[in-house]
Amino acid sequence: MKPRNWGFWAGAAAALGLAALAVATVRNEYYFFAAYVVIQFVVLATAWNILGGYAGYVNFGASAFFGVGAYIAVMLIKAAGLPLGVQILAAAAVGGALGFGVGLLTLRLRGIFFSIATVAITIVLETAVINWRYVGGASGIQILRPPVIEPFDSYTKMLLIVVVLLAIVAVAIARYIETSWLGRGLRAIRDNEEAAECAGVPTLKLKLMACTVSGALMSAAGAPLAMYQSFVEPASAFNLTYSVSALAMPIIGGTSHWIGPVIGAILLGTVQQVVTVTVSSELNVLVVGVLLVLFVVAAPEGIVGLARRFAAWSRKRES
Amino acid sequence: MTEPLLKVDSLSKSFGGFAALSEVSIAVAQGERFGLIGPNGSGKTTLINCVSGALRNDGGSISFAGEEISGLPAYQRTRRGIARTFQIPRPFTSMPVIENLIVPLEYVAHRGSLHTADTRAEAMAILETIGLADKAETPSSRLSQVELRKLELARAMAARPRLLISDEAMAGLASNEVKEVLAILFKLNESGITIIMIEHIMQAVMRFSQRVICLDAGRIICEGTPESIVRNPDVQRAYLGA
Repeated sequence: MKPRNWGFWAGAAAALGLAALAVATVRNEYYFFAAYVVIQFVVLATAWNILGGYAGYVNFGASAFFGVGAYIAVMLIKAAGLPLGVQILAAAAVGGALGFGVGLLTLRLRGIFFSIATVAITIVLETAVINWRYVGGASGIQILRPPVIEPFDSYTKMLLIVVVLLAIVAVAIARYIETSWLGRGLRAIRDNEEAAECAGVPTLKLKLMACTVSGALMSAAGAPLAMYQSFVEPASAFNLTYSVSALAMPIIGGTSHWIGPVIGAILLGTVQQVVTVTVSSELNVLVVGVLLVLFVVAAPEGIVGLARRFAAWSRKRES
Repeated sequence: MTEPLLKVDSLSKSFGGFAALSEVSIAVAQGERFGLIGPNGSGKTTLINCVSGALRNDGGSISFAGEEISGLPAYQRTRRGIARTFQIPRPFTSMPVIENLIVPLEYVAHRGSLHTADTRAEAMAILETIGLADKAETPSSRLSQVELRKLELARAMAARPRLLISDEAMAGLASNEVKEVLAILFKLNESGITIIMIEHIMQAVMRFSQRVICLDAGRIICEGTPESIVRNPDVQRAYLGA
């Protein structure tokens, strides 16, 4: 294994160890409730960045994939009482298939036209679920959590470990794509799609791959929502704030590196949780909006870009 | 007679009601240095866009090495050996110079294999041939105009082409830079690569080409040696409006 890979997996093991330590020692359930949301955004932002960041195709449909994941879980719980692991895998499979289908329909569009088409997907899917009585329709559905599995003493604590594992998988996939020939092809598409195609890059195939993987991970992020809230309704599962956050977090963290969405999600997710507790939950979107505008105007390459500029400046100063 | 490397037969392309190309036929032999000239809007870039796959032709056929390619997407044509440069350079600005070459090397030349060290070594060898080796790690967004032109050629070379289409690779360059790019193109041709040169700098295209075609209003108005083309009254009329 390369030294850089060792570093990454050591970091992932440390994150998992920290979560396990918190599960074993912290008593206040609220911290797990809040941490779950923050880590869920790590998965969502990382997934969004595969298509939106690497390939430059700004997807406003994250809430559609997230909501589909949540409702696949609801369907499997209601139909067969299947366990959480199966719910997540099924949500990822359906999300991947949805990503592929959406990609086929929309990825020939570019720029703002692609983005508008992805907004429409959320509206279409939310309307479909509102009219689907089996999963509760517009009024939503109550979910009974199964008994908690040993060694956990609460379901929320178990969900935190599950979402941390999901985040590790998502980041590992994004990191592999970014550092491989796939990532180079996607970046070539973002820089100039026609030049990329003429350099031998199969642009449509690559975008479809990115849309499929991104969709699978976003739906997987939504699957534990049913168990987390014990209640799912279309208005919250398909809420557009998921789309805004999934886009804002990588932009704030930096879209060019896999660590960018992780930093953005932890930073913005934590600020949102603090604002929710200390001020008001309604201010969440305002916080996201203000930070997004600030970064787009002042630091379009995000925190990662700022760090790189600072490192370059430091090197120049030393020499 | 041997089969031409590129054969374009009765090619037509319209944009709405405007016929950009009408029944254009050309044949380019293996190893040839072929010049394509014509005033602005004559259809030169449309023709090479159709050949490279950036545009789909409305009528006619394009065959490369005996294979009909008009239905193929651009990346498939590149993989078969057609590479091109762009009139306005289009570097991958998020990457350093060497990575711009690694993209075609990974997707065309080394497809299916994962020899990272070989890929970098080959990219460096191409940069040395083109004269950009000292800029290998420079972000491509910081290159000068002549360096960008060289990068376009280097990236096209990384796709290991049999046919290189150079679209105004010398536009906007000083005369010493024109000579530099011209020397590179001669060197590439000597290595066996067929070259189609589209150029407005007449001295360069006449010096370089073995055969020249002049387009005007989407039609071929004459074809021949550089000497015969410059004396042709139709060419003079097309350029000078005489």
